[in-house]
Amino acid sequence: MEKQNLIEVKKLCVHYKIEYSFFEELDHKGLIQIETLQKNQYIHQDVVGDLERMIRIYRELNVNVEGIDVVFNLLQKELRMREEIKALKNKLRLYTHDF
Amino acid sequence: MNFVDYYKILGIDKKASEQEVKKAYRKLARKYHPDLNPESKEAEVKFKEINEANEVLGNAENRKKYDKYGKDWQHGEEFEKAQQQQRHQQSSRGQQRHQQPGGGGSFSEDDFSDFFESMFGGARSSSQHGTRGFKGQDFNAELQLDLKDVYQSHQQVLTVNGNKIRLTIPAGIENDQVIKIKGKGAPGVNGGPNGDLYIKFTIQNKTSFKRDGKNLYADIDLDLYTALLGGEMEAETFDGKVKLKIAAETPNKTKVKLKGKGFPVYRKENQFGDLILTYHIQAPTNLSDKEKALFKELQKLR
Repeated sequence: MEKQNLIEVKKLCVHYKIEYSFFEELDHKGLIQIETLQKNQYIHQDVVGDLERMIRIYRELNVNVEGIDVVFNLLQKELRMREEIKALKNKLRLYTHDF
Repeated sequence: MNFVDYYKILGIDKKASEQEVKKAYRKLARKYHPDLNPESKEAEVKFKEINEANEVLGNAENRKKYDKYGKDWQHGEEFEKAQQQQRHQQSSRGQQRHQQPGGGGSFSEDDFSDFFESMFGGARSSSQHGTRGFKGQDFNAELQLDLKDVYQSHQQVLTVNGNKIRLTIPAGIENDQVIKIKGKGAPGVNGGPNGDLYIKFTIQNKTSFKRDGKNLYADIDLDLYTALLGGEMEAETFDGKVKLKIAAETPNKTKVKLKGKGFPVYRKENQFGDLILTYHIQAPTNLSDKEKALFKELQKLR
């Protein structure tokens, strides 16, 4: 993995004012993947958006890491269903006169 | 500017205790939090409302002021101004001081209603909302295209937040499909990654073809005689005309599939779906006496 796409967890701890143990817990639950390079811990920059969402859910809604896992699974399921609805709506246009 | 009933927003009584306000706010926050309601404008609006209600009712000082003036907030504003003026006169003269309430957090001043602004000033932030983004903000844009525009891949220059972005729109993109352009959102903070740009495509179809993914559908008129006796006819496809052979005694609503004459397959170069044509037999009208007589003769033969 290229280091340029990685962000040091230490930096994120400072930025979000959050303890390292929180990141570790997310890693244990498989919600993020911590990479260790030369004794430093990193996460890929592509997951930062999801990470920020997890922190907001944790802080603003008092949801613990297990809860975040459940929420993310349900959101994934919802996303798939929304895609399915979108496809079905497009299919429905076949049977309408105005499109 | 309308009065905002914060008690109604949180669904609580005016006599609700501090604990009850907190409980009601948390319950509604869990329901309408934008991270739990992606793509829901309604939830976003509702979340802002309940946050504003919490800023007022969850803060003893704000609640007191709100309860005191309530619906007479305009009058309250005048009263507050008069009081402020009095304070200014009492203190050192000439120096005007503008008190800006503590900002920051995930809500900007835009997130508050005019009613709130007029009564309490700019944005305030409760301690709960403080996740400062490291990644830049994502941008969302919508692009309306015609079905004809997405028959072939083409380039388009978009202006998003003043920046020009050259974009290749792949052939075969679907209606309501969202494409993510990495790193084209707002810049990151403290060296964080840039946000992304999400473009939602709305495909308008003004053609006579109906589309289902890679396949196209069209109805085609077929005259009675060709349907009965067979023959040839021309049909319109998305990219030109084709000649069709019509079998004798073709029944009404017969479907024919023209392989590869459909819509391009998304992100698969030179692959096309099919065009499905449905024949609609057209009975002749305004028959002459001779035609009527011949049809009658035919009728007798059946």
